[in-house]
Amino acid sequence: MTHDQHFRVWRGDDEKGELVDYPVEVNEGEVVLDIIHRLQATQAQDMAVRWNCKAGKCGSCSMEINGRPRLACMTRMSTFTEDEVITVTPLRTFPVIRDLVTDVSFNYTKAREIPSFVPPPGVAPGEYRMEQVDVERSQEFRKCIECFLCQNVCHVVRDHEENKEAFAGPRFLMRIAELDMHPLDAGDRQKEAQDEHGLGMCNITKCCTEVCPEHIKITDNALIPLKERVVDRKYDPLVWLGSKIFKRGDARSGA
Amino acid sequence: MSSTTDAFTGRAQISARTLRTDRWWLPPLLTFAGLTAWVVYATVRAFLQENYYVAEYNYLTPFYSPCVSVGCLEEAAHFGRFLPDVWWLPYAALTLPFLLLFRLTCYYYRKAYYRSFWLAPPACAVAEPHKRYTGETRFPLLGQNLHRYFFYAAVLISVINTYDTVLAFTAGVGLGSIILLINIVLLWAYTISCHSCRSIVGGRINNFSKHPARYKSWQFVSRLNTKHMQLAWYTLGTLAFTDFYIMAVSAGWISDLRIVG
Repeated sequence: MTHDQHFRVWRGDDEKGELVDYPVEVNEGEVVLDIIHRLQATQAQDMAVRWNCKAGKCGSCSMEINGRPRLACMTRMSTFTEDEVITVTPLRTFPVIRDLVTDVSFNYTKAREIPSFVPPPGVAPGEYRMEQVDVERSQEFRKCIECFLCQNVCHVVRDHEENKEAFAGPRFLMRIAELDMHPLDAGDRQKEAQDEHGLGMCNITKCCTEVCPEHIKITDNALIPLKERVVDRKYDPLVWLGSKIFKRGDARSGA
Repeated sequence: MSSTTDAFTGRAQISARTLRTDRWWLPPLLTFAGLTAWVVYATVRAFLQENYYVAEYNYLTPFYSPCVSVGCLEEAAHFGRFLPDVWWLPYAALTLPFLLLFRLTCYYYRKAYYRSFWLAPPACAVAEPHKRYTGETRFPLLGQNLHRYFFYAAVLISVINTYDTVLAFTAGVGLGSIILLINIVLLWAYTISCHSCRSIVGGRINNFSKHPARYKSWQFVSRLNTKHMQLAWYTLGTLAFTDFYIMAVSAGWISDLRIVG
């Protein structure tokens, strides 16, 4: 089963660009990335596209297909009708390098700003012991393939470039949540999440969860629990009163 | 307006606010219509100050529970009558603000009204119309962090609503008491499935292995929590329907279908 499909692909660089029309052959069982590769092979040899595994596990081929952030290798052509015009653009939150390739270094900068695992005092490496029940919650977050679709769709930075400095984005707030839920991590994550990484900017509209190709419940299982832990520390008058009356230190929740 | 369509950020120069081709505008429109309709109905009913109690069967609508105004019927006032009877003060003015704030700060409703009323964003990958965005970092939205206190209040109010339901069953069993029962079961499910509750019962601890009871509770609430959105809508429906049914019986528009008693 073969048919011709109308593709519109954004071609350009950081100075100018436009949507270019391509009629292209589509075969049964193909995905959008296959079609982009066919365009490269037949009509647009200089079209830039980033890809690698073609299996939805490397997170390289993130782009926007009919306006929706998707992995091109996981978007089946059978989900479109044959007469549908399919518009493919680069991610719209990050600077474009060329055609469908964007500069995602914003995410690497944010990743470096998150302090890594802090070993617990008095426990030597090799002596770490954790029960499965204590770590399985954060194992969901380890499924992340760093496609940055959540970072791209989050309106906090997508619509407001000026927020990029103050906001780590869902992927890295999820990383903070993962460390904060870690039974052995000794880092102080909660105040930092709010004060340094912009957790308060998240208004939990769940687009990160909607676009996640790994179906990680980013909002419900990472961001909201982290917000609640911040409330424990920063906005709970009972905790504040208790710490004043009993002269407690800044005891972390979760002990 | 939005960085998505501004060229100076080095992003791909695309002027369209969104290139989505699906009906992305439908869910926020339906949410807007549903929430607006409910708020209008609830406001009218809260200030109506009549047809809220059926003495024969002990039916008290949740919109008037607990009835604590001097204007309340004596048999409907299970917790005393002490608020002044003025037109601008609902008979359940003691509890309604807490219920309103519980839902207003609820993590699901926040998503719903940020999208449908404030358009921040109206849908995923659709540019929002606002020039600036600070989220929940400053007053008044910083107050969303008080959700857990309204949750505590909602638990107490659910206990009162449960008491009302039990009272209705003491007068026998009718369609009204069954409606009250369905409403209170769903109200409890919505209240307990709250994200704050999930954190309080166990989510805030890191060593589940040392707290097996809390772990079980967290698992239970987590399962309910996945249905929080549905429960939020179901309870809006059952609250309005329960109130309307009791109003209809109280006003004599219909008679209650009795099964026992």
